Amino acid sequence: MDYDLIVPYIPNLRRYARALVGDRDGADDLVQDTLERAVRKFHLWRPGDLRAWLFSIMHNVFVNQLKARRIAPDVELDESFAAPVASVGPLDLEDMQRALNTLAPEQREVVLLVALEDMSYADVSRALGIPMGTVMSRLSRGREKLRRVMNENGPKAGLKVVT
Amino acid sequence: MTDQDDAQLKALLKKHYDPVVTEPIPARMYMRRPAWMGYARGFALVAVGILIGLALPYFRPAPPPVAAAQPAATFSMRAARAHLVYAPEVRHPVEVDATQQEHLVKWLSKRLGLDLKVPLLAGEGFELLGGRLLPGPEGPVAQFMYQDSGGKRLTLYVSKPNRADQPAAFRFAQEGPVAVFYWIDRDCGYALSGELDRGTLTRVATAVYKQLEP
Repeated sequence: MDYDLIVPYIPNLRRYARALVGDRDGADDLVQDTLERAVRKFHLWRPGDLRAWLFSIMHNVFVNQLKARRIAPDVELDESFAAPVASVGPLDLEDMQRALNTLAPEQREVVLLVALEDMSYADVSRALGIPMGTVMSRLSRGREKLRRVMNENGPKAGLKVVT
Repeated sequence: MTDQDDAQLKALLKKHYDPVVTEPIPARMYMRRPAWMGYARGFALVAVGILIGLALPYFRPAPPPVAAAQPAATFSMRAARAHLVYAPEVRHPVEVDATQQEHLVKWLSKRLGLDLKVPLLAGEGFELLGGRLLPGPEGPVAQFMYQDSGGKRLTLYVSKPNRADQPAAFRFAQEGPVAVFYWIDRDCGYALSGELDRGTLTRVATAVYKQLEP
């Protein structure tokens, strides 16, 4: 049964979706839609990397959801409203998520697939359907921005505000 | 940006999102097939149920063919059965024996509502033993029994015709081991039965016919 082959990948899909979408319910909806689509299209899967195939399906579903519902806030909008948070401790999950949300969705995808799934550039290129060069440029720009945002909003920024 | 920075970032992301991996998978995700699969499953189950329902009668043992398939035993069949039941009787082949022939004929005529005559078959080698009253499907039936010197027996089965019985001219029927000559007219049906060869029975039946149908 196709579904039984897919089930082992559900935890990975959920982890990635959580970081990509942010909220738990939205992320699980993305996973759910991905699973249903995967079962429906399972006859199209050619034995090979099932994980990459599932993530490519999730990518398609994610893009469709963005188009339909504008799940992720606009990058510029988010950036302008990403007010520094007065947090003194180490970066918590909320801060992490807020920082991730400042990335453009296509940057976020690349950064997260490499970081969470340990995917190679080639894997990411296949899963997202983009050239390797694009993978690398999105990855470096995404990482850079993420670090910058975290440094601004992170403990240092907090300290600044407190002082 | 150094590789070390990249590794740190990766470790940070993993630290925050790895716990999701060990979260229990929501039941809906684990169990729920896509909606169309649920519907397909439902339809399949219903279809299977209907098919089983439709097929069930075919798996039942067939009802006994005699009772259901045939409206009623035919006249010749009833005569042959009656012959098979009483002809082998050693001590009580008849209710009223031939010594009371006059009483026998009166009694049976009254019960059947017919003016019965008993054919005499001594010329064919058969002596009258007597007779009895039998139940028929629509009323009483008379049976006369004859026997030849070798102990072979004949029975003459006489009744009013049933509604289902078609008038019939002189007919022959083989009902199992019993050969039957019968004829049915408007008022009365006669059947001569015996486990005899057809030639002998034809000869006797012709004699009976001649005596009863003037």
